[in-house]
Amino acid sequence: MAFLRAFGSWLPARQVSNHEVAALVEATPEWILEMTGIEERRYAAETDTVAGIGLLAARDCLDKAGATAAELGMIMVASGSSERFCPGPASQIATGLGLASTPALDLPIASAGSLVGLALAAHLAPAMGRVLVVGAEIMSRRISLTPQGRNSSILFGDGAGAALVDAGSGFARIVDSCLFTDGASAEILSVRDGQFSMDGPAVLMQASRKIPRAINELLARHQVDAKDVEAFLLHQANLNLIKRVAAALQAPPERFFSNIARYGNTSSASLLIAADEWRCQQTAPLSGPLVLSAFGSGLNWGALLAVPC
Amino acid sequence: MEPAARILKVLQKVSGKQLSPGADESLFVSGLLDSFALADFVSGLEQEFGVTIPDGDLSARKFDTIGKVEAYLAARV
Repeated sequence: MAFLRAFGSWLPARQVSNHEVAALVEATPEWILEMTGIEERRYAAETDTVAGIGLLAARDCLDKAGATAAELGMIMVASGSSERFCPGPASQIATGLGLASTPALDLPIASAGSLVGLALAAHLAPAMGRVLVVGAEIMSRRISLTPQGRNSSILFGDGAGAALVDAGSGFARIVDSCLFTDGASAEILSVRDGQFSMDGPAVLMQASRKIPRAINELLARHQVDAKDVEAFLLHQANLNLIKRVAAALQAPPERFFSNIARYGNTSSASLLIAADEWRCQQTAPLSGPLVLSAFGSGLNWGALLAVPC
Repeated sequence: MEPAARILKVLQKVSGKQLSPGADESLFVSGLLDSFALADFVSGLEQEFGVTIPDGDLSARKFDTIGKVEAYLAARV
């Protein structure tokens, strides 16, 4: 058995408005908002690193959980924008937490990596103990803020999120998850030679079909109706995509938490940043099922179902 | 009804516009489709023609003119 115990996050201080981005990509702020639902995003400082901001989110998560790094049985770190590919940021974050032997694994899966980490953590926690999942991204260094890079660069922001999966206790029990990979379309979403590349229309078409399918499959396994889900926490890719998923599931759109307007798409960090903000805003204990879902490079996608304890 | 007319019917329903683009006219340039409407267009084609369009075929290049859509469907139906 495994539980969601706590979330954490960290966002850079620098706020980047649509006005600032629009001037660089030869667009209007209104067009960016209409296409994405994004009003502003955060960009990391020059001195920030993926491991550094991931460490800050990890510490925030452990503080909120009332746990210490020494209690961790494993760490998984998702990032598609790490400065160094191999080794990635996981071992640096473990070192930053003062750990010298705790296994720390990298998940270089942009956008979907945190969901993959949570699903794996749910399976591993009973054997490994508490598993810390981190998503950390500085995508602002992987995009091209030019007219040619307009369609993807308007989306991205920087940030980090974290989650603690515990075998013993938490606010929600992880019931099940489903993960999928389809490498045949891997080229539509990738980071190559340090630069992010995306076929936007193809990604939107794939995601708007695959995310609802994954969620429906998971809910059907457990005889849960989408209308009875208390909250949907999705990778914050694009507000229009989130609305499409809500419509496809015929679930009330207000149950789809979204903070993309303020942070943009922070790739693999976005799911955990959203989860942390959702959890902090909760005024009453969770009373219904919780669904997390993401879609990203690979292509990888999936969903996770948790219920109140 | 001819395939092209059925494709146009789906297109007009998805876009909410009564435009009638030529067979080789870009559906994006004509304003009938954007990235999100394209997903609805593909789903509408699946229902209208009783076919399943694999996710791997979800490229805007394959569906950006009525002529291309007609050729694609002719190969699948």
